[in-house]
Amino acid sequence: MSEAATPVNPASNEPTLAAAPAGDRPLLQLENVVKHFPIRRGIFFKRQIGRVQAVEGVSLEVRRGETLGLVGETGCGKSTLARCITRLHPLTSGRVIFDGVDITRLSAGQLRPYRRRMQMIFQDPFGSLNPRRRVGSIIGDPLAIHGIADGGERKRQVQELMEVVGLNPEHYNRFPSEFSGGQRQRIGVARALALRPSLIVCDEPVSALDVSVQAQIINLLEDLQGEFGLTYVFIAHDLAVVEHVSDRVAVMYLGKIVEMADTAELFGSPRHPYTAALLSASMVADPEKARSSHRVVLYGDVPSPINPPSGCRFHTRCPKAQPLCSVEEPPLRVQAGDPGGHLTACHFPVAPGEQLVGAEPAISAAVTEFVATSPGAGEEETV
Amino acid sequence: MSLLSVRDLTVSFPTSDGVVRAVRGLSFDVEAGQTLGIVGETGSGKSVSALSLLGLNPGADVSGSALFEGKELLALGPEQLRAVRGAEIAMIFQDPLSSLHPYYRVGWQICEAIRTHRRTSRAEAMRQAVELLRLVSIPQPERRVQSFPHELSGGMRQRAMIAMALALRPKLLIADEPTTALDATVQAQLMELLGGMQRELGMAMIVITHDLGLVATVADSVLVMYAGRGAERADYRTIFHSPHHPYTRGLLASIPGAAGSGGRLVPIVGQPPSLIRIPSGCAFHPRCPFAMDVCVRDQPPFVPVSGGEGHLSACWLPPDVVGVDAAADAARQRFVEGRRGPAIARLRAAISGARARGGVAHV
Repeated sequence: MSEAATPVNPASNEPTLAAAPAGDRPLLQLENVVKHFPIRRGIFFKRQIGRVQAVEGVSLEVRRGETLGLVGETGCGKSTLARCITRLHPLTSGRVIFDGVDITRLSAGQLRPYRRRMQMIFQDPFGSLNPRRRVGSIIGDPLAIHGIADGGERKRQVQELMEVVGLNPEHYNRFPSEFSGGQRQRIGVARALALRPSLIVCDEPVSALDVSVQAQIINLLEDLQGEFGLTYVFIAHDLAVVEHVSDRVAVMYLGKIVEMADTAELFGSPRHPYTAALLSASMVADPEKARSSHRVVLYGDVPSPINPPSGCRFHTRCPKAQPLCSVEEPPLRVQAGDPGGHLTACHFPVAPGEQLVGAEPAISAAVTEFVATSPGAGEEETV
Repeated sequence: MSLLSVRDLTVSFPTSDGVVRAVRGLSFDVEAGQTLGIVGETGSGKSVSALSLLGLNPGADVSGSALFEGKELLALGPEQLRAVRGAEIAMIFQDPLSSLHPYYRVGWQICEAIRTHRRTSRAEAMRQAVELLRLVSIPQPERRVQSFPHELSGGMRQRAMIAMALALRPKLLIADEPTTALDATVQAQLMELLGGMQRELGMAMIVITHDLGLVATVADSVLVMYAGRGAERADYRTIFHSPHHPYTRGLLASIPGAAGSGGRLVPIVGQPPSLIRIPSGCAFHPRCPFAMDVCVRDQPPFVPVSGGEGHLSACWLPPDVVGVDAAADAARQRFVEGRRGPAIARLRAAISGARARGGVAHV
């Protein structure tokens, strides 16, 4: 792995929790974060034959107390980015600055005080809890690992946490299998809360849950945010959920942020053609909106992050692509006429009110042809 | 006459823990060329009921009636069912990776579907397979027929499944969570494809899903299921704007962006019930904010209510109280007061007991 050396941040030598009032400073800053996964082949001498460019130069800020939504399709790197933020993955290059301190190159020991302050909630409430351990010890683990509470005190704190997230504290000794999906997700939330973190990275926290239970967890996360002053990075592919919970939203495509803005601004006037297509593709549970809206159908699949397209990575599927797009990569910047916080990486941003047109021949034409040409319309024989 | 007419369908599975009553008296109709959306949560019986129609639930006790073009599906023998399956009623499933055979090439699998039902030469079947893959917008179909399922992306696999399902031009397509595993843009592609096929072929569809957004987009009429029964059935506008059943009402209030929701979400308390021990009376009563004594005691019939033509609901609330606004909720509340006696008091006591122990503080 090519770990480029970066200058050591003086503050990182002696990281302390107290050294960070500065109210205006963003809680989290990412500077040009890059994460590549090498692809190796061979048995003894593993040659690197390629790399998956999962995250490619992401810079963003997360302010205290806000919820930043991160959306994108499978393979766009949003989960990898989440793991880079919490340093579950080492970065290939770039910097993660948490509360003014560069934590990118901290050793495991140095990182520990910061780990306390940023936690993660995972998607799969079945896969993220050890089935052979009791709920009490799962939630109590962070307290034990960080030497915060022992014995009776730990049990008391765990039961308090269980109560906070709406679990019955008497179920302290049960196993995860004895809980339903929604309750398991509450266990995950309780575990994340145990160390009183400032930042919680939620990776698809409600995707695996039934509709009626989803709302319970969303409300719980909102309540906890108010109660404990939490900051969230909220990853989801369900745009309606992201719109509901987020203050700001960043849209990712193939490892890059293509657009970022306040929620109302992004959903109201998307500028990047990908954002526009994504929004128009999402099916809202309102029949009039769902049926009247002009759907921009993107053709094909997301290209491979092993060999991403040149220039703007979206140009292969973009209805507005021009020759320039395949050559020059557009920077993420404020486009003319947009408010300051609205960044878009596009050479030819969507104008307000502009309707995008699908790039490929309409499917109905293909269907008509199929019906006309395929044999056996009347003379079929059932064997 | 409806293309498919299901009456009083009951499906149960004997297990060592007890009898799982997955479907308990379900009735619905599908009209030719129309799309019926069946909505429900995990365990509401929506997939089981569809599978049972095609005899795909071995080991289940199935009773009731399902008339497809006048043929009683539930009385057909295995051979006769095989002739219907695929050719007249096709099905696509949620997970295309586990519903395509990993060992055979995609083209071979499509050919097999064609040659099982039609007397066709191998070469002709393969030619049709290529055409079908082209139809579902798979690039380079001549090459892709030689691919194995694992070589295709999720969206491509689902398209291959659709190609196979459409190969024999069925009159009815049952799509069980067809786009759940897929990304939004791929989902939109597939639904446009299915919609186009439906218009051209005059095919009817049953779309089974938990996604109200999908239903709002594609369904003509909607059946909401809860614990193995129909809770409410109506055309799509009525379901979203003038629902009668508190469960439908609750679903709409708990989804961000739904018609009639706004601000904070209002979740439905608790969990869907176990199908081995189904609550007495109306199965929804332990989670229902408008539960009355009668709901604990008696199962409500599935009867017409006043949201619109063909609007049916299984709820003891008066038939003219429909809607998602505050006025409708107030009307529901007014009706409920005075009809709550000892049964509801016991239910309340049980819930508040759990709450005092910290059980459901945040729901």
